[in-house]
Amino acid sequence: MKPAPFTYQRPGNLEEALDILAQVAHEDGRILAGGQSLVPMMALRLAFPAHLVDINDIPSLQGIEVEQQSLVIRALARHAHFHQPAVSGPLGSMLAKVAQNIAHYPVRQRGTFCGSLAHADPASEWCLTAVTLDGSVMVQSRNGSRELPAGTFFQGPMTTALEPDEMITAVRLPMPDAGSRFGFYEFNRRAGDFALAMCQVMFTQEEDRMTGVRLGIGGAEEVPRRLGEVEEMLTGQRLTEKAILSASECAASVITPLEDIQTPVDYRRHLVKTSVRRALEAARDSGNGQ
Amino acid sequence: MDSKIPVRLNVNSRDYHVNVEARQTLADVIREECGLTGTRVGCEHGVCGSCTIIVDGAPVRACLMFAVQAEGKEIRTIEGMADGAELHPVQRAFSENHALQCGFCTPGFIMLITAALEQDSAPADEEIREMLSANLCRCTGYQNIFNAVKQYVGELRERGGTDNNDRNN
Ligand SMILES: Cc1cc2nc3c(=O)[nH]c(=O)nc-3n(C[C@H](O)[C@H](O)[C@H](O)COP(=O)(O)OP(=O)(O)OC[C@H]3O[C@@H](n4cnc5c(N)ncnc54)[C@H](O)[C@@H]3O)c2cc1C
Ligand code: FES
Ligand code: FES
Repeated sequence: MKPAPFTYQRPGNLEEALDILAQVAHEDGRILAGGQSLVPMMALRLAFPAHLVDINDIPSLQGIEVEQQSLVIRALARHAHFHQPAVSGPLGSMLAKVAQNIAHYPVRQRGTFCGSLAHADPASEWCLTAVTLDGSVMVQSRNGSRELPAGTFFQGPMTTALEPDEMITAVRLPMPDAGSRFGFYEFNRRAGDFALAMCQVMFTQEEDRMTGVRLGIGGAEEVPRRLGEVEEMLTGQRLTEKAILSASECAASVITPLEDIQTPVDYRRHLVKTSVRRALEAARDSGNGQ
Repeated sequence: MDSKIPVRLNVNSRDYHVNVEARQTLADVIREECGLTGTRVGCEHGVCGSCTIIVDGAPVRACLMFAVQAEGKEIRTIEGMADGAELHPVQRAFSENHALQCGFCTPGFIMLITAALEQDSAPADEEIREMLSANLCRCTGYQNIFNAVKQYVGELRERGGTDNNDRNN
């Protein structure tokens, strides 16, 4: 349970970090952010990077900011930053609700939002959030920067569109309408465990009818994704018992569930059905998250 | 690659000058180089919470930080809690509520609770349970740990916050 040897560098600014990363990337050099996924993997010898570039001392990567109708979450914003609503309106309330479901209190003090996206666990709450809200991932290397839509950033379990010499500097989440309603539900066997299935939903209402419906599923498939079929089904509908039931049944049938020895496909479909139902019920019962 | 790096660790207000490999966790260095074995190491991958210490005011898993990352930070461990023979109020609450049996998990719980209540001294019962779910105890069944926290929260309410809150006010 001891990590393999590596060299360690702790640059004080972004340019230096990107230079070092460019030098070590092809020898399995990696970013060390919160360390709450990477260090356990190193202890278990599932990962043995030869070089670590610790970004924790880079002031420009800290915190969050509201910028042109979106929330910019920088690379060192920790999960605990969202314990209290970090912005007013439905987005802040939803992020606070979601944050409670990530790991445990001490893990949330160090783990980062952007690190979760880079790690790309299929059951990561922040990966689901970025996909459901159509966030974008701001990526930078010594050679330049690009902005990738969250919907195509995740390519498989623990696999993303990041190049080895690239770093996530921030994630940008569009601010939903002030009157949006949201719901989130996650099933796991013990508090703080990774989700076996979860659903996140957001929409606005015009005279009781849902518009702008976003419904994402995580923990159940290889990558989190929005379920277009279910969103279409709900659009223009009232949020009745019947609509909730049809939507949850549809979700369960359209997914391609992950399978393991404790979680057969049928069970996972059942959990997805329940998660969708409970997320929609939460959206119905919660008001607009104010 | 396995050459040693000199690091100054400030633990319980005392400086320790140690030479460590980058791969040595803060938990191992506190135990083996600083000789402070009150911090327990259980799972070594972030799951059990027995290694919880306080770094710059936050409760963290000491097995998930490398010692080289803790240079210059203010570290608190279980050894810094009692004032001579006088127990810290969280320790006293544990003792009075039978919140420990074998005691292996106890230092981690004490540090978790102390730091969490410095951040928010009036948590709701549900928040206390959620916070305690971070750490594992194989003996007590958690209820007496919960009772100890409730007692401490009550004492804080009477006193008007933790010392740390007092300092911030
Ligand atoms: C007991 C326990 C329970 C947990 N439960 C959950 C849970 O329920 N849900 C959940 O989502 N997570 C959970 N986690 C993981 C936790 O949320 C991590 O914090 C998160 O997955 C990774 O963020 P980090 O900042 O700690 O990244 P690190 O561990 O530092 O890095 C993870 C990976 O991402 C890369 N990386 C990190 N930051 C960047 C960046 N800015 N740019 C490029 N690459 C980067 C690293 O190189 C590494 O490969 C749990 C962890 C523990 C120990
Ligand atoms: S030893 Fe650190 S969490 Fe178990
Ligand atoms: S008292 Fe024995 S593990 Fe908690």
